[in-house]
Amino acid sequence: MFLTIIQMILFYALTGTVGYFAFKKFKEVYDNIKMGQPETIDTPLSFRLKNMFLIAFGQKKMFKITFPALLHLVIYLSFVITQIELIEIMLDGATGQHRILFHYIFQGNILEGFYRFVVSFIEVLSLLTFFVTIVFILRRTVFKINRFNKPEMKGWPTKDGLLILAFELTLITFIFMMNGADRALQLQGDPHYIDTKGFLLSNFLGHSLMSLPHGALVMMERIGWWGHLSMVFAFMLYLPYSKHLHILLAFPNTFFSRPEPKGQIRNMESVMHEVKSMFDDSYQAPETDGEIKFGAKDVFDLSWKSLLDAYTCTECGRCTQACPANQTGKILSPRKIMIDTRDRMEEITRNRKIHGPDFTDNKTLLNDYVTSEELRACTTCNACVEECPVNISPLNIILELRRNMIMDESNSPQEWNTMFANMENNQAPWQFSMEDRLNWTDDLNK
Amino acid sequence: MQYKVPVMADLAAEGKSPDVLFWIGCAGSFDQRAQRITQAFVKILNQLNISFAVLGKEEACTGDPARRAGNEFIFQMLAQQNIATLNGYGIKTIVTTCPHCFNTIKNEYPALGGKYEVLHHSVYLQQLLNDGKLKVEGGAFKGKRITYHDSCYLGRANDIYEAPRDLIKALDADLVEVTKSRANAMCCGAGGAQMWKEDEPGTKRINTERTGQLTEVMPDIIAVACSYCNTMITDGVKSENKQDEIKVVDLAELIAENNKF
Repeated sequence: MFLTIIQMILFYALTGTVGYFAFKKFKEVYDNIKMGQPETIDTPLSFRLKNMFLIAFGQKKMFKITFPALLHLVIYLSFVITQIELIEIMLDGATGQHRILFHYIFQGNILEGFYRFVVSFIEVLSLLTFFVTIVFILRRTVFKINRFNKPEMKGWPTKDGLLILAFELTLITFIFMMNGADRALQLQGDPHYIDTKGFLLSNFLGHSLMSLPHGALVMMERIGWWGHLSMVFAFMLYLPYSKHLHILLAFPNTFFSRPEPKGQIRNMESVMHEVKSMFDDSYQAPETDGEIKFGAKDVFDLSWKSLLDAYTCTECGRCTQACPANQTGKILSPRKIMIDTRDRMEEITRNRKIHGPDFTDNKTLLNDYVTSEELRACTTCNACVEECPVNISPLNIILELRRNMIMDESNSPQEWNTMFANMENNQAPWQFSMEDRLNWTDDLNK
Repeated sequence: MQYKVPVMADLAAEGKSPDVLFWIGCAGSFDQRAQRITQAFVKILNQLNISFAVLGKEEACTGDPARRAGNEFIFQMLAQQNIATLNGYGIKTIVTTCPHCFNTIKNEYPALGGKYEVLHHSVYLQQLLNDGKLKVEGGAFKGKRITYHDSCYLGRANDIYEAPRDLIKALDADLVEVTKSRANAMCCGAGGAQMWKEDEPGTKRINTERTGQLTEVMPDIIAVACSYCNTMITDGVKSENKQDEIKVVDLAELIAENNKF
């Protein structure tokens, strides 16, 4: 009884503390996304839901590459379904009971088999996930799959990826420890451990553990239970610092998918009005609240959707693998653009925490993170956008940065300056006169 | 047949309006190789007795390379100038042989007040084929191995994958697909204003990498639907020294040559 109360106090204290810190960090992510410029994504609810269900829930775009998609599906399903068991774990912790849902709802009626089925299913998926996780670790470390070993993966991104996988292995170990010891105690006949008649996998564990001393099993069950819960809490705290945030943000990010054809670049209204007034003296441009922004120099200048994109990115590198520039050895990597954008947001938040909200560090996303050589290499082919399993657009950020590089910094390769001059002077990117536009008709009938 | 190229200004002076405006684009107007594509398409229009016109000296670059390079001012100047011309003539339907012009006029001009029905020539020819107006006869390409290179601005940018393939199939040719095709196709390297500059430092040029993927299936012909792709892939084939075995040909040229237009 005394131990139960101690555990309940510990549970509430831990849940409260984790809840507080997790909320704080998630709020920070939310505020960072709100730093971005307004962008209206005008899509009907049906379009939004369809994208979210097909692409996030349904993993549709993952299946462009079958093998990793299947492996990922196992972990994804396992994660989603394990949440059911987590509900009971949380309720047990809050009430000091053991298997409270089984005891009060499922035991002794027709639903008992259903409970056993669900937990057994979770166990099978967990075991599969254990093996899949090992394959994922091997893909990154031993087989060194190309896209996990690009330059931008050096340091933190690689550690982050491996850390998450290690988390998963530990979490699953605790689940089996908990259920195995629980079953052994049931078989020993301890009335506190209510007889579930065993789940598919932990039943075997229970039988092989039941000869252990009662006290050791009780300890083992508690370590499994607390271990599992601690891993879940640690995961919640770690998530907003990690690339693994995609497990949550994939949903809003696909929900807010842009509707326009991929080839369409966003119009710059300010420039449109300015040029209209150049052509037509009587043209009245709508009132604006100040200076014209030329694309994006820093993360503040990007749309909130691009910032949400950056937080959603799980650094899988499919975009970079598909990028024609990257495939031919250029330094451009769409994934790096996403990592840079997020890193820059995090840097700004850190600075503000230390030096106050008005602090500026004289750094910008353009140049300090993303160089002109990277931006110049893009062919705007949309392969990265097509490839992304969660509808991120690295291209949008590239184009906004290019606009700033060209129009604000006038940092343009000489060949482009020539092209611009031709377009301005003779309405073609080459140095040909408009008068010669029909020269091709000369030998049409020869 | 004496081929004619009606110019919009002349038709307007006579109070006539054509069914479609053929938007030629800068490559089609000035580039020697692309001019042959323009000619092939004009021959098809003539042969099918289609009422069309071109803007001729009034056509300006759509602004695509400027906008993609990041220079919105030049894009806006050219786009607004073109829209004024097109709206002035009351143009309703535009067909173009350039996927970049197609994308820009179709998707980006509406925000500036230029709203038209815009068709890429692959889709236009597919429609003529389906309507029975275009008959692909002669079988000049019967049994030839033809592979098709998807242009980014037709495929991923605008989801046009079937029309070009339908045309190749209509030739009774043997359409062979490369591994990276349709939405997974690799860029030729010219888009985003790369056409006008050298590749950034790297290990390879994009066009040679893509050409390698295309020549791997040993085609007799690489069919393309974009003048820029045409240039890039032609260069790629030359760098592999295969220009005698493998021809790089536009869809319009395939149809015109097949029908002996």
